[in-house]
Amino acid sequence: MQTLDTLALGQSATIKEFTDDFLSLKFIEMGCLPGEKIKLSNIAPFGDPIAIEVSGYVLSLRKQEAATIVVKLNPENTIESCAI
Amino acid sequence: MPSNLSHISVALVGNPNSGKSTLFNSMTGLHQKTGNYAGVTVDKHYGSYKHKNQEFKVTDLPGTYSLYPKSLDEEVACRALLSVDEKIDVVVIVADASNLKRHLLLATQLIDLKMSCVLALNMIDEAAKNNTVIYYEELEKLIDIPVIPINSRSKDGIQELKEAITRAKISDTVFYNFEKQKQLFPQIDSYQTLIQLALDKKKEQSHAIKEFELNDNLHRFSKINYMVAKCIKQPEKLNKNLTQKLDTFFTHKVFGFAFFFLVLFVIFQFIFYVAEYPMTWIEEGFAYLMNTVAVSLPKGQLSDLLVNGVLAGISGIVVFVPQIALLFFFIAILEDTGYMARASFILDKVMRKFGLNGKSVIPMISSVACAVPSIMSTRTITNWKDRMITILVTPLISCSARLPVYTLLISMMFARDKSTGILNYQGLVLMGIYLLGFGAALFAALILKKVLKTTEKSYFIMELPVYRKPQWQTVAMLVFDKVKVFLFDAGKIILAISIVLWFLTSHSPGDAFEKLESNAVAINLSEADLNAQKLEASYAGILGKKMEPVIKPLGFDWKIGIALITSFAAREVFVGTMATIYSSGDSENTETLREKLIAEKNFETQLPAYSSAVCWSLMIFYVFAMQCMSTLATTYRETKHWKWPAIQLVFMTGLAYLSSLLVYNILN
Repeated sequence: MQTLDTLALGQSATIKEFTDDFLSLKFIEMGCLPGEKIKLSNIAPFGDPIAIEVSGYVLSLRKQEAATIVVKLNPENTIESCAI
Repeated sequence: MPSNLSHISVALVGNPNSGKSTLFNSMTGLHQKTGNYAGVTVDKHYGSYKHKNQEFKVTDLPGTYSLYPKSLDEEVACRALLSVDEKIDVVVIVADASNLKRHLLLATQLIDLKMSCVLALNMIDEAAKNNTVIYYEELEKLIDIPVIPINSRSKDGIQELKEAITRAKISDTVFYNFEKQKQLFPQIDSYQTLIQLALDKKKEQSHAIKEFELNDNLHRFSKINYMVAKCIKQPEKLNKNLTQKLDTFFTHKVFGFAFFFLVLFVIFQFIFYVAEYPMTWIEEGFAYLMNTVAVSLPKGQLSDLLVNGVLAGISGIVVFVPQIALLFFFIAILEDTGYMARASFILDKVMRKFGLNGKSVIPMISSVACAVPSIMSTRTITNWKDRMITILVTPLISCSARLPVYTLLISMMFARDKSTGILNYQGLVLMGIYLLGFGAALFAALILKKVLKTTEKSYFIMELPVYRKPQWQTVAMLVFDKVKVFLFDAGKIILAISIVLWFLTSHSPGDAFEKLESNAVAINLSEADLNAQKLEASYAGILGKKMEPVIKPLGFDWKIGIALITSFAAREVFVGTMATIYSSGDSENTETLREKLIAEKNFETQLPAYSSAVCWSLMIFYVFAMQCMSTLATTYRETKHWKWPAIQLVFMTGLAYLSSLLVYNILN
């Protein structure tokens, strides 16, 4: 089970589910829905918080909050990482 | 839509960053006011406009992401929507056309409230830039309310929107999860009642409501996805190059911080040095006015009250205006451009350790100039607990009003000390004192983080909006609002305290003043000496003497006691009061005062009264003590509760007392 906080910069993934009831409500109204594609677009200088691209905009969140979002890496990442 | 009313009440509702405030400005122009929602510190913006001889009253509700509030601002918006006392006739749903999917969540919720609605699709220019095509007629058909494309910045579509408001309608479309509602709340028959129930926050229902919210929003998004697929053509890749490039710079570990410090430096220069000029003009202007009034009115109680009580009090309020205006000018630009969110993003991790927030940094740094505008600027912190901690600890940071006190005391301590060498002791001590204030603020924040209880969950899930050019009208409106709020809300408290302080220093029990005056004539006493005698005989003097047993353990005598009372108006008054007590005449000329203080002998021991132990003790006292009525008045204005200024007063003065006690006893 992979969570959002473990993604590397530039990696994209699909949201699977949430593990925190309260935060899931907040995430959903911010457009982070199960099945939605996301991309880790920025990491703050001290490694936390992080920013993701989701549903056409950029959302920032703390790592501990990101750890409550279960994700599945998108297949295109493997091609990209091979290229690197 | 009702049209035979004296006026039609319109509410602007939308997500934060949907351009609601800009739309509000475009619709109402200068016909707007700012108030407060009852009992909470959320600004209420309302205004009016005329369209085809019909009066429309517009309220700009606080931004919210949904009708299930997650913060105080959001709750205020939801309550206002359902309010029975101030009924809303038409809801203008403001949505960002360049990011429509998320914005449609709130739109569908508002439609389900069965209120007359219009959808204003804002930022159509940005949507066009992203190559997004929106089929408005199709969308209008699906949601069954008028859909108007607008650009609130260039004012395109505003007239069309005003026209559409007159034909706003209750949609026949239903978006909410009716099945789930029947299952969880069989007795409830409408979405409106359900939202009201969610707002009432009854414990026994909270679980069912959360379950409903989850299902309802997921259900909505499946409908929204269908609508978006039918009405919007969007390119796969988002064209947000400029924002991405700027983000790489502004959140960079070197350039990002360098830029942030540059921003702080500029703000600091302005509120510390540039504000100095208008502040001097205000003070000189009032001094001139007070002089003119004093000369032209017959001498007596009334003219004294007017000049030294009321006018001096007003002068003490107006003098804050330059700093408030300048600080909010910068904050408005930082917010409006989208930079503030990035500053919070890069600083969050450091500030979080102290129970603070990335957005606490600007208020805290600004308080080096003055705590009053800083406390007012904490409104940008949306989390209640983080905001309270910032408000409470901010006055511990040494402000510019403490500087004259520090300068006097430091120059006294090192007057006899010739060993300057390479290092300047005075400068070092001053720096140490400032650091002490910062340290105390962070330490107090750490303690408050543990002590303060909140039901609001702390999170940092925040949109990083696209960078935009600042809107000068929005900036000007914010500056104007803040200045007005300070002058009229905090101002009246400050004025009342100034009058009390004036009374204490200018009145004495019985006829003590008259006796002193006739005696002064008899022995040909100088005016400065007479003023010193009068201050000693005044109520403030008596209080100072009564206080002596309490402050003696700190090394203070009754003369310092008087100065502590009068400097409650503002810390720098300490110097002026000491000058009066020691009849050194001109309070601008501290050289004479310094010499007199150094020469002062202790009445009992005949040793110098201002030993370095006393000076240190006094200086430490001023670092920590809440010696500022304006800060207390502002804290009250910003928290709407006397509890918070009272806590500030007790904990800061307590900390000051204990620290001075410690310092004096170690050094003595």
